[in-house]
Amino acid sequence: MIERKPLILGDKTYKEITDDICEPVETKPGAGWIALFFSAKMLLLFYLVSIGIIVTTGMGLLGVNHPVGWGTMIVTFVFWIGIGHAGTLISAILFLFRQKWRTSVARSAEAMTVFAVMTAGIFPLIHTGRPWLDFWLIPYPNQRGPLWVNFRSPLLWDVFAVSTYATVSMVFWYVGLVPDFATIRDRAKTKLRRNIYGALSLGWRGTGRNWSHYEMVYLLLAGLSTPLVLSVHTIVSFDFAVSTLPGWHTTIFPPYFVAGAIFSGFGMVVTLLTLVRIGFPKFKDYITIDHMEAMNKIIMATGMMVGYAYASEFFIAWYSGVTYEKFAFVNRAFGPYWWAYWIMVTCNVLIPQIFWFKWARRSIPIMFVVSIFVNIGMWFERFVITVTSLHRDYLPSNWGMYAWSRWDAAILFGSFGMFLTIFLLYLRVFPAISIAEVKPVLYVGKKSKHGGKHHG
Amino acid sequence: MAKKTLSGVVGFWSDDHEIVAAAHKMREAGYKYFDAITPFPVHGMEEAVGIKRSFIPYITFIAAVTGGCVGLLFQYWVAVVSWPLNIGGKPLFSAPAFIPVTFELTILFAALSSVVAMFAVNKLPKINPPIIDPDLTSHKFALWVPETEPGYSPEKVEAFLKQLGAEEVRRVAEF
Repeated sequence: MIERKPLILGDKTYKEITDDICEPVETKPGAGWIALFFSAKMLLLFYLVSIGIIVTTGMGLLGVNHPVGWGTMIVTFVFWIGIGHAGTLISAILFLFRQKWRTSVARSAEAMTVFAVMTAGIFPLIHTGRPWLDFWLIPYPNQRGPLWVNFRSPLLWDVFAVSTYATVSMVFWYVGLVPDFATIRDRAKTKLRRNIYGALSLGWRGTGRNWSHYEMVYLLLAGLSTPLVLSVHTIVSFDFAVSTLPGWHTTIFPPYFVAGAIFSGFGMVVTLLTLVRIGFPKFKDYITIDHMEAMNKIIMATGMMVGYAYASEFFIAWYSGVTYEKFAFVNRAFGPYWWAYWIMVTCNVLIPQIFWFKWARRSIPIMFVVSIFVNIGMWFERFVITVTSLHRDYLPSNWGMYAWSRWDAAILFGSFGMFLTIFLLYLRVFPAISIAEVKPVLYVGKKSKHGGKHHG
Repeated sequence: MAKKTLSGVVGFWSDDHEIVAAAHKMREAGYKYFDAITPFPVHGMEEAVGIKRSFIPYITFIAAVTGGCVGLLFQYWVAVVSWPLNIGGKPLFSAPAFIPVTFELTILFAALSSVVAMFAVNKLPKINPPIIDPDLTSHKFALWVPETEPGYSPEKVEAFLKQLGAEEVRRVAEF
C-alpha cells in the first residue's frame, strides 16, 4: 500500500494556518524582499523607457527585417504565454483530477499565469508597429465600410484566444481570492486595511449557501479553463502552422506547443516557489518538498514530450520527402543557428533527465538550476522555431540573418522586470497560499483525532 | 419588503466534524432556515443543512450556447452579409476558419455568466455587511438561526444549540 503523505507539515490548527499565510501580508517586508523589489523595479523602469523609445522611434530599432519579420517580440510573446499555462494546469486540470497537492501551490501558480499573460500581451501590441491603433484588432462598428477584422486569420484568432484566456484566468484567480480577502478583512487591525480588503472581499460571508454556489462555480470555471488553456497555445501554434513556411507548416504544432507551454510554465513555477520558500520560511510547511518533487516529475515528463516532438519533426521532414522541409530541419540543427538549436535540446531534453534520480528531484538547489535552464531552453525553442524557419525558406535569394539589436535584448530582459515587480508586490499584498483551500486538506495523510486516516 | 438584515441566534464550534453532526441534528429537529457559517467549504455541510444542488450550471449552459451562437452568427454576418470578400474562390461562409473565435466566445460567455450568477445569488458585492465574529473566516464554525425561522424564540434556540454542543451561544442583532 502506498502511504498518503501529509500535504501540510507540522501539527497545525486552523488558526495557525490563517496566521502563517497572512503573515507576509500583515508584516513589514524584510531586506531581501526590498532588495529584490528595487532591482525588479529598476528593470521595469528600464523596460518602460525601452518600449517608449521603440514606440516613438519605430520598429526599425529592433532586428526584424526581411526575411526575418518575426523576432524577439513574437518569440518572447510565445514564451510568456507558454509560462502562463502551468498555472492554469495546476489550478484547473489538477483540480478536475482531484489532485489535492495542488491546493498549496495553486494560488501562486495562478498569479504567475495572470502576470505572465499580462507581460505577454504587451509584445504583439507593440509588434503591430503602431500601438496607438491597436483597437483595430477588435471588431467594432465603424464608418470605414464598415470594415471588419479578418476572421479567417490565425492572428485574429490569437487576439480572441489570448484576451479570453487573460479574462477567464483573472476571474478564476479572483474568485479564489474572495474568501481569503474576507479572512484578511476580519483580521484587520486598522480601518484602512479593513476597508481595502473588505472591498476586495466583496462582503463575503461564508454561509453554507454561499459556499455551495461558490464551489459549483469554482468547478465550472475549472471545467471551462481546461479546454481554454489547451486552445490558447493551440491557437498560438496556428499562427505558425497555418502558414506555408517549411518548418512551420506541420500538424504536430498544437500538441507540441501545449506540452512545451506546460513544461516551461512548470519551470517558472519551480523557480518562483523555491524563492518563495526561501523568502517565507513558514511556507515550507505548505509548499513541501513533496510538492516540489511532484512538479519536477511533470517537468521531466513534459520535457520528454517536447524531446519526442523534436525527434518526430525531424523524422517527418525526412519521411515527407519534401526537399524544403528536409532542408529546414537540417538547417536548424547544422545551419548558422546551430547553437540556438543545441541550446534548446540541451536545456529542454538533456538537463531535465537528472530528475530520474530522487535526490535530484528533492534537492532545492538542483531544481532551481534546472528550472532556470528550462526557462532558457524554452525561450530558445521559440527562437529556433520563429527565426530559423524564416531566415532560409524556399529561394536562396530570399535568405538572410536576423539582425538582433541591443533593443531586442532590452525588451527581452526588461519584460522580466515587469513580471517580477508585479509578482513581488503580489506576495506582499495577496495571500500567496489559498487559505480556504488549504484548510480542508489539513488532515490528508495524518492520523486525525476522530480515529483512522483521512482519505480526503 | 424584507428587512436587509435579520436578528438571530448563533452557536459556535471549533471542530468542523462536530458542527456537521450538529447541523444534521438541527435539520432533523425541524429547523428550516438555519445556515452554517464556515471559513472554508466543509465536507458534508450541504447535505447536513439541506442545501439543494446549485442551479448555476444551467445558467452556464445557456450562456455557453448563447456565446457560441453569437460568435458564429456574427462571423457569418460579417463574412457573408456585411463585407463579403472573395478570397481565392473559397466559400464566403468558411466555417472551419470560424471555429476558434466561436469556441473562445463560448468559453468567455459561460465563464463570466457563471461568476456573475454566483455573485448575484450570493448577493455580492455587499457593502460593509455585518459580521458576527471575525474568527468565522479563520478557525471557527457557526450555526445561525435567523428570526424568520417558524416558531422562532431566542431562548428555545439558545437552549437547543447548547444541547447540540455549541461551545458558545450568542444573540445577534443583525446579520
